[in-house]
This record gives sequence, C-alpha cells and structure tokens, in this order.
Amino acid sequence: MTLQDLIDKILRRQPASATTARERLQLVLAHDRSDLSPETLDQMRREIFEVVAKYVDIDLEEGDVSLETEDRVTALVANLPIRRSMATSSQE
Amino acid sequence: MTNSRTILICSGKGGVGKTTLTANLGIALAGQGARTVVLDADFGLRNLDLLLGLENRIVFTAQEVLAETCRLDQALVKHKQEPNLALLPAGNPRMLEWLKPEDMQTIVGMLSERFDYVLIDCPAGIEDGFKNAVAAAKEAIVITTPEVSAVRDADRVIGLLNTHGVSPVQLVLNRVRPKMMANQEMLAVDDVTDILALPLLGLVLEDEQVIVSTNRGEPLTLNGSASPAAKAYGNIARRLQGEDIPLMDPAKDGRRGIRARVRQLMQTKIF
Repeated sequence: MTLQDLIDKILRRQPASATTARERLQLVLAHDRSDLSPETLDQMRREIFEVVAKYVDIDLEEGDVSLETEDRVTALVANLPIRRSMATSSQE
Repeated sequence: MTNSRTILICSGKGGVGKTTLTANLGIALAGQGARTVVLDADFGLRNLDLLLGLENRIVFTAQEVLAETCRLDQALVKHKQEPNLALLPAGNPRMLEWLKPEDMQTIVGMLSERFDYVLIDCPAGIEDGFKNAVAAAKEAIVITTPEVSAVRDADRVIGLLNTHGVSPVQLVLNRVRPKMMANQEMLAVDDVTDILALPLLGLVLEDEQVIVSTNRGEPLTLNGSASPAAKAYGNIARRLQGEDIPLMDPAKDGRRGIRARVRQLMQTKIF
C-alpha cells in the first residue's frame, strides 16, 4: 500500500485511475488467459467447496478460490480455512 | 543469407502505431546501413505505402511474384531518399482470399536471401491476416499504448506468438504521456511490462510530429528530426542492432512540477 492509497482510504476518495486500470486489467487478463468466464469460475468455486466440504469442515465465509497471474503463468489458487477435520469430529 | 532477421510488428488492437513503427524502424535501420525490406501484410487495409510516401509507385505485389507474373525485383519498391529500404505489399485488396500462411513463408524466404531485415507489418486482429503473417515470422515486436484495451489485446497476441514459437518477443510502449504517468492517471511503464512480462525494446512519447510526418509521407527518422518520437524510433533500431542504449525514464520528464513531486512522494510504499 502506498501513502496515496492510505490517504484515499481515510478520505474515502476514488483511487487514481492508473491504479484502477491496473487492477481491472489484472482481473480481465486472468480470465482471458485461462479462458474461464466469471460464471464458470463461480460454478467451479461452488463445486470445489462441495467436494472439500465432504472431507473437512471448511469455513465458507473465509474461503476463496480465484485466479492469480504472475509472469504470464495463471494459477488457480484456493484458500480454504479448515475448522476441523470430519474424521476426528465423528470419533468424538 | 543465414543471418537475415524476420521481425513481425504486431499489436492486436488497431490504431496503436504498428504501421508508423514499421515505417520509422525501416527507415532508421536502412539509414544505419542495414539492407531492409518492409512487407505490408495488412493487405485488406494497407497503409505502409502511404506512410512511406510510396503510394503512387506500387505496380506489383507479392501475389504477382507468387503467381510468377513478375520477378521479385520488379515488385520491390525502392525508397527514393533511402535506397537501402524497399517496400513490398503482400497483395491487392481485391484478390487476397488465396493468400495462405505457406505463401507468406515463401515470400519471406525469398526476401531474407536479399535483405538483412525483413519487417512484417501485421494486420490488426488475430484472424487470418494475423495467422498468415505470424507463420513467416521468427521474432516479433509487440507495440501497445498504456491503455487497458490495447494492453489486453497485446496480451492475447503475445499468447498466440508463444504458441507459434516466435522468439524473442519484445515490447514497444507507444504514446507515453510522462505528465499523466507522474500523476498516476496513466498505467506506468512498469505496470505494462510486469503485466505483459516482456522485455522493453523502447518507449515512444506522444508526439504531434508523428501526425505531421504522416501527412507528408516522410517518416520522422528520414530527415534526422530531433523530435522525441524520432529519437525513440532511432534508439529502437540501434537496440535491435545490438547497441546498448539506456531507456529513457518518463518519470524524469513528468516529475518537474511541484504537484508531480508531491504525487511522487505519495507513491512511497508504506507497508
């Protein structure tokens, strides 16, 4: 975060347009490069949650599945915080 | 000739400066002593002849050469003031359906026997015209402007160049406005190079002289113009030839005013 971003946040001002451009581009390129539409990604996210939820108790509120790009390599990044494993909970 | 270089100049989006770069780079390389040919692969809407001031001198195109109705040297249009430079239009707008990737390869093969540099001015878009042009290319220069739509389209093209095994691919950033960059109202140079992950071959500032030179059909690099864009094109040609010329820093240009200095301070990373 830059000094400008902080001041913008405090004053609830719009960030400079270059920042907005960069963020919008990164998002649209992640979709372009993976050939995934936001809707498809959303569906995949729900299905991944369902599969993982069969095995562990995950925190859906905190969970996130998104596309990240670095050096022209796009990765699907899933961050699913686990509350506790189902196996131990069933033994209790 | 084994060390002839075939360079595709492409952008994806139209109107970002492909043809202007091709014309100026062609003149600059020729002026530096390299035998250079510019091939207009944009046969649907060809304009390279107009920027070079050669629009009245085209008799034949690459298609007549391929059909063997004329010899290659009859189709090559030599530039009057810069005899090291020749232009070859790929085809006539009315008969372009039959031109195929193999035809472009044949033509480029013939050209690379006579020239040190074959610069291909690629059509906009990623359809047939692009596919024809990319088939004949060994390396590429992607040109873009610091705008979201141009960068997005450049990204698509870079992906296609990678699949076709074109390498190296280098970037030219066109129409840079240092003041807007300093004020954070235009994507920064680093933003664009980070997103596209390409080495930067050159930066060209927004320059009204480009329009003047286009009106006249005399590329800026032809008459030793001292305008910023002319210098940038000359430097790009020298870097292509392997000279080590440092890139200009647009921030230096934009940082002059007190307002811009404050903006600079605001960009300090705090955490």
